[in-house]
Amino acid sequence: MADARRTQLSIRGVTKRFVMGDDEIEALAPVEVSIGSGEFVCLIGASGCGKSTLLRIIAGFEEPTSGSVTSEGKPITGPGSDRGMVFQDYALFPWMTVRQNIGFGPRQRQLPRKEIDEIADEFVRLVGLERFADRYPSQLSGGMKQRVAIARVLANNANTLLMDEPFGALDALTREQLQGELLQIWKRTKVTIIFVTHSVEEAVMMADRVLVMSAGPGRIVNDIKIDLPRPRDVSSPEFNAIRRDVARRLTSHLAPSRALVQAEP
Amino acid sequence: MSEHVTALPEATRDAAPEAPAVIAAARRRRDTLDKIKAIVLGAGFPLLFVVFWHFAVAYTKTKLIPSPHDVGVMMWDFTFGGIYDDAFSATILTHIWMSVTRVYGGFFLAAVIGIPLGLMIGRMKMLRQLLDPTISLLRPIPVTAWLPLSMIFFGLGPKAAVFLVFLGAFYPILLNTIFGVRSVDARLFEAASMLGCTGSAMFREVVFPAALPSIFNGLRVAHGFAWILIVVGEMTGVPTGLGSVIMDGRTLSRTDLVITGMIVIGVMGFITDRIIVMISNRVLSWSPQHHG
Repeated sequence: MADARRTQLSIRGVTKRFVMGDDEIEALAPVEVSIGSGEFVCLIGASGCGKSTLLRIIAGFEEPTSGSVTSEGKPITGPGSDRGMVFQDYALFPWMTVRQNIGFGPRQRQLPRKEIDEIADEFVRLVGLERFADRYPSQLSGGMKQRVAIARVLANNANTLLMDEPFGALDALTREQLQGELLQIWKRTKVTIIFVTHSVEEAVMMADRVLVMSAGPGRIVNDIKIDLPRPRDVSSPEFNAIRRDVARRLTSHLAPSRALVQAEP
Repeated sequence: MSEHVTALPEATRDAAPEAPAVIAAARRRRDTLDKIKAIVLGAGFPLLFVVFWHFAVAYTKTKLIPSPHDVGVMMWDFTFGGIYDDAFSATILTHIWMSVTRVYGGFFLAAVIGIPLGLMIGRMKMLRQLLDPTISLLRPIPVTAWLPLSMIFFGLGPKAAVFLVFLGAFYPILLNTIFGVRSVDARLFEAASMLGCTGSAMFREVVFPAALPSIFNGLRVAHGFAWILIVVGEMTGVPTGLGSVIMDGRTLSRTDLVITGMIVIGVMGFITDRIIVMISNRVLSWSPQHHG
């Protein structure tokens, strides 16, 4: 399925070293991966395996020590509106209402007022927050805040969603619901999604492709295609077979000495 | 998708479910009672103090401290005239107005310089490295220590008073603004930059509003200092203003006038502080921590 796709992101020999005092920590060993347009990719690994670092490099918040990342062939030199990050702690602007948060990107592009309002309303509807459009983030539940964060990057024409454990702070029910909504949004908008998680079930539930990362230094050790039809049934034998397989690959790299390496900033 | 959403419980500020009307009415009643209690207690204490003051003066038969009644008469004359008919009769508005212009002249000057400078120092490392030591060095110097120098710079008169108010208000505004910028979650800046916000738009759209709660704290502290310093400023050869009234009262040995001036300053400071709190509650209605 992904073979015929255009390459959206191309990560070539990306490494990252952090200097901490006298120590130099190798957060990423050369990482080599291509992600097709419209693909849903989950990055999974234990804490400290560099998955967030890789995501932040793709976002342009950090520079790789060596190697390069290109988005649609263009090298990434900094944050850009084509790649929208969705943070675990939402990072909404607390002084703006839901509608203003979502309209933030279009406002930066200095579109006419009317157009900004139309875009904001469209994406408020996309995430089903019509009734809450004039509320401030502090008046929303965690699930609603994360919907706003997703709408905010989509309203800005992002073609790639970078999601850093986006549902990690939510309760199980809300989490499940948002997973379903994200899949629907993904189907409708055809964006590329790179989704960082440390839940095997979440990864197998959501992704076309699961990249298993391992720490010390961080690298991709497995690239697993998931061909289960959607919607996926968590209780089906096929689902569980894959889940067990991913879990096994994940833990087989967790040698005790490596599990102690803490590099994720 | 939207049917999922409607099933979600509404998160409200109280985190409580929609209360039925009966409970709401009971809560309103309790709130009203609470407000009345706060007013009675808050006003009762000063009244008690006035009573104590009255009896203390009567008991000791002192001539140095006027009774509350004498001060009341002075206050009446200061406000409406018709009792003493001297230089101070019915002049209250002139003095208040002069002091207000100086207090807010200095205060707004401090805000206009302090807030932008604070935003820039908070965001730009080089500016911080350039100015931080100087600020730390100048800050511990009491504002009143600048009095002789300010009289040399600006001469005897209102300008020196405005300068003192400015200095006193400047540091709390500047430091709180810097602190506000420094304590903004770095992810907000990342989020803004990924959404295409750069350069001066970043200051206008993100840095300033994010630091606003802290800026308002600074403005409130600075405003208090401004009213304190106006008295010092106006004690140096300024003919009008509440500080000069107190100074004149002292030289004329009219303690009733001194106390009258003190009360007017207290009341002015109190009222204007309430106004600032009201403005800040309005502007910061988005902030859950900011309902003073």
